[in-house]
Amino acid sequence: MSGSSGSSGSTGLVVQGLCKAFGARTVVDGVSFRLPPGGSLGVVGESGCGKTTTARMLVGLERPDAGTVHLDGADRSVRPSGRAGRLAHARGVQLVFQDPYLSLDPRITVGGCLDEVLRLHFGWDRERRRRRVAELLDQVGLGEREAAALPRRLSGGQRQRVAIARALAAEPRVLILDEAVAALDVSIQAQILDLLAGIRRASGIAFLFVSHDLAVVRHLTDEVVVLRDGRVVEAGPTPRVLTAPRHPYTRLLLDSVPRRGWDPGRIAEGRASA
Amino acid sequence: MTAAALTEPTRRPLLRRLRAPGGGPLFTAAVLLLGALVLAAALAPLIAPHDPEALDLRAPLAGSSADHLLGTDQSGRDVLSRLLYGARTGLLGPLLVVGLSTVLGILLGTVAGWRGGWVDTLLSRLLDLVFSVPGLLLAIMFVAVGGPGLTTPVIAMSLAYTPYVGRLVRGLARQEKARPYLESYRVQGWSGWTICLRHLLPNIAPTVLAQSAINFGYALMDLAGLSFLGFGAQPPAADWGAMINEGESALQRGAMLPALAPSVCIVLAVVAFGIVGEGIADRLARRER
Amino acid sequence: MTSALSKTPPAPTPPPGTALLEIDRLSVRLPAGRAARPILDEVSLHVAPGETVGLVGESGSGKSVACRTVLGLLPEGSRAEGQVRVRGRDVLTLDRAALREHRSRRAAMVFQDPRASINPLHRIGEFLTEGLRAAGTPADQAAATAVRLLDAVGIRDPHGALRRRPHEFSGGMLQRVVIAAALAGEPELLVADEPTTALDVTTQAEVIAVLTRLQAERGTGLLFVTHDLELAAAVSDRIYVMYAGRIVETGTTDELFAHPRHPYTAGLLACTPRIDPDAPPPRPIPGRPLSLAEAAPGCGFAARCAFAEDRCSVERPDLRPYGDTLAACLRADEGILS
Repeated sequence: MSGSSGSSGSTGLVVQGLCKAFGARTVVDGVSFRLPPGGSLGVVGESGCGKTTTARMLVGLERPDAGTVHLDGADRSVRPSGRAGRLAHARGVQLVFQDPYLSLDPRITVGGCLDEVLRLHFGWDRERRRRRVAELLDQVGLGEREAAALPRRLSGGQRQRVAIARALAAEPRVLILDEAVAALDVSIQAQILDLLAGIRRASGIAFLFVSHDLAVVRHLTDEVVVLRDGRVVEAGPTPRVLTAPRHPYTRLLLDSVPRRGWDPGRIAEGRASA
Repeated sequence: MTAAALTEPTRRPLLRRLRAPGGGPLFTAAVLLLGALVLAAALAPLIAPHDPEALDLRAPLAGSSADHLLGTDQSGRDVLSRLLYGARTGLLGPLLVVGLSTVLGILLGTVAGWRGGWVDTLLSRLLDLVFSVPGLLLAIMFVAVGGPGLTTPVIAMSLAYTPYVGRLVRGLARQEKARPYLESYRVQGWSGWTICLRHLLPNIAPTVLAQSAINFGYALMDLAGLSFLGFGAQPPAADWGAMINEGESALQRGAMLPALAPSVCIVLAVVAFGIVGEGIADRLARRER
Repeated sequence: MTSALSKTPPAPTPPPGTALLEIDRLSVRLPAGRAARPILDEVSLHVAPGETVGLVGESGSGKSVACRTVLGLLPEGSRAEGQVRVRGRDVLTLDRAALREHRSRRAAMVFQDPRASINPLHRIGEFLTEGLRAAGTPADQAAATAVRLLDAVGIRDPHGALRRRPHEFSGGMLQRVVIAAALAGEPELLVADEPTTALDVTTQAEVIAVLTRLQAERGTGLLFVTHDLELAAAVSDRIYVMYAGRIVETGTTDELFAHPRHPYTAGLLACTPRIDPDAPPPRPIPGRPLSLAEAAPGCGFAARCAFAEDRCSVERPDLRPYGDTLAACLRADEGILS
C-alpha cells in the first residue's frame, strides 16, 4: 500500500555532481549524495547554500545545468515528456513546502485537494477514493471536519499536515521536506516531527530533510550532508557529524546553536577562520 | 455584515442587500444605473414612444413636449426613442470589445506568463507592438480597409484592448506561478494546461474581471468617439456617438437636447462602469488582506 | 552554573524605586466591533539596571504587544490598564513631547526585520544620525558618534558605511546597524523583539555577541523577546514565560530549567529539539497555542494541560512564589512535574 521501495535492485536516490547557476551566480556547485531506500537524510546549511535549489531540482521544479539524479536506476534529470512520464516522475519524489499558508489552493477543500491527487494517479472509483482520503487524513491526525474545510479555516500546523497527506497520497518513494517545520511554533513543530517519525516507521518511505536547524535534523535523520556556498563540505552519519565534526564550518554551525553556557563572542573569531 | 449595518435602522432590506457586497451608496447607485441602462436597451422596442428612424420633417428640432419628452433632432426623429435604441449599440459594442479582448488577453497572457522564456519574450513584444498604436488610430486604419459600420471598429478595438488585459494577466500568472500551491500541482504531475485552467485562472479571474469592468467604460467612450467621427455606426442607425455628431449642427441653431442627451448618457454610463469596476477591485483587495 | 553572559545576580522582586523597567499589571484590550478583544491580562515584569531579562512565548502569547508598550507603542485603537514605568515614570501617560524624549533618550527598540526598520532610500549615515539631529545634536558631532557606534558593532570601514545604502548590507550587518542606531541615544533600556529570528544561525551568534558585549559595556538593561527558549536561556539571567496573554512562570534561567513549576514551561522544555547527543526526542504538547481572546475562562493552558482538573477551567491562577520561582498554576505545589 505504501510507496516503499520493496523491489530488489532498488538503489535509492543517487545524486551526482548537481550544478545550477542563476545568471552569474552559481547556487549549486557539484553536489553529490545518496539516500538509500527507506533511509533518512538531512541537508543542512544556511541561507544561500543551495539546499532549497537542490531539493527543487530533485523534484523537478528546476532543471540542473549539470549532473544526474537517479531514483532506483531511472534517470530523473531529464524533463519527462507526456502524461505517463510526468505521473511516473511524480510518484518517485514528492515535496512538502515551507510555508503552510501558501502551499494549498485557497479555493479547494482539504478533502477535494487529496481527492484530486488520487484521481490523477489512480483509476479508482469514488468510493475507494473517499476511503483512501479518510485513511490519509487519519494518518496525519485530521478528521472529517477538516476534510470539509477550506484552507483558510485551518491553523498553520493543520495545513502542514494536509500538505504532508497530499504528498503521501501520490505514494512516492522519496518525500522531501523543505524546511517544513520552520514556520511553525515550537510546540506544533514537535507534533509534526512526531508525526513524520511515525509515518517513516509505518511506510518505509525515504525522507530528505532540508533544514537550517541542526537540532531538528538530529532527531529525524540517519545521515546528514552539510552544504556551504553550493558545495558539500561534510557528509556522514548524523550522530558522528554532530558530535565529532571534521570540517570547521560544521564545527561553526554547531557552536552557533544557542544553549546555556554559550559564548557567542568566541564564535565570531572562529568564523573568520572557517 | 459590518457593525455599521447592524446599527442602522432596517428601512429598505432590498437596498441593504445591494449595498453590502460593494460598499457605499455610490456603488449602489452605479449598479442601479447600469441596470437601468441594460433594461432600457433590452426593452427599447417596448418602451420607446416612437420609431427611432421615423422622420418627421415638419417638426425638426422641436423642444421638449408631451409627445417628444426630449424633443426631436434635425430630421424630426424622437430623441428619447433614439436614445433608448442607441443604448443597444452603446452597450453591445463595448461588451463585444471587452469580451473578445479579455478572452484573447487571458490566452496570450497566460501562455506568456506560464511558459516564460522565448515564448514570453515573443508574446510580450507582440503585445507591446499593438500597445504602441493608439486604439482609435488602429480602428481608423481598419475602417479604411474594411469600411465603416459596427463590425470593423469592434474588431479593431478588441485588438487594441488586448494588451491591457494581456499584460495584467501575464503579471498575475508569473506571480501566482511562483506560489507554492501552484508549484505543488506541478510536483504532483499535472500538465501545465490543466494547472492553468483549473487552478491559475480561477485564482486570478476576479482581478482580471474587475479590470475588464473598468475597461468597459473606456471601450464605450472609444466606440462612441469613432461613431462621432463617422467611422462607426452610420446614419440613420441610432447610436449615441452618431447622435452627438448630428447634434453638433443643432447646437449651432440653439437646440441643446439632441447633442446633450446622448452626451449625458455616455458620461453617466462610463462613470458608472468605472465606479462598479473600482468597487469590485476594492472589494477584492480587502478580501485578499 | 549561570549563563556565561550573566553579569548581575538576579532579584525576584525589586525594592521599590530601583527598577529600571516595571510593567505593573498591564492589561490591553482591542475594541473590535462591539466586544472588546483582550490581548494581555495583568502582565507584570521588571528589569533591573544592567540586567538581561528574557520574555519567551509562542504565537498569541502577547509578548510582542507587551514589549512594545515599553516604548509607548500600543496597537491601534486599543485600551490599556495598569502601568509601564521606566525609571518611575509611567510611559502610558506621557504626553507627546515627553514620549519623544523617552524614545530618543531613555529606551530604544530593535525589531525583527532589519530591512523593514530602515528606509531603503536613505543612506545609513542619515538613518543613524536622524535621532540625534532631531534631539538637537549638531550634524558633525552626530556623524562622529555614528562612526564610533558602527565601529563598536563591528562594521568594517565605518566611514564608508555611512554613505552606503541598506541594500548593500547583508541581513546580519544591517541588524548591527539597527543596534547601533538604537544605542545612539545612549538609552538605559533596550528592548529587542525577536532580533535574530530572521537571521542565519551563525549570523545570529555574531549579532547576539555584539548586543551582549555592548550591553555589558554600557550597563544597559535588556528585555529580550523570543520564541526560542534555548536562546533566551543563553542570553538572559531571568526568564518570563508567557502563554495566552499572561505570564505563567518566571524565575532564574537555572531554576526554570531545573525545576519548572508550570506545565507549559515543562512542556516547552520537553518539546524543544536539542542538539546534545543525550537529549531525548522532542515530546509534543497536544493542541495549539492560543491567544487570550481564544482561551477559555480560568487557566488559558487548561485545554492542553495533561494535569488539568475541573477547577482549572474555572479559577484563574495567580502568579505565586514556589521556591525561587513564581508560577501561575493551581497545582504548582503538588509536585506534578517532578
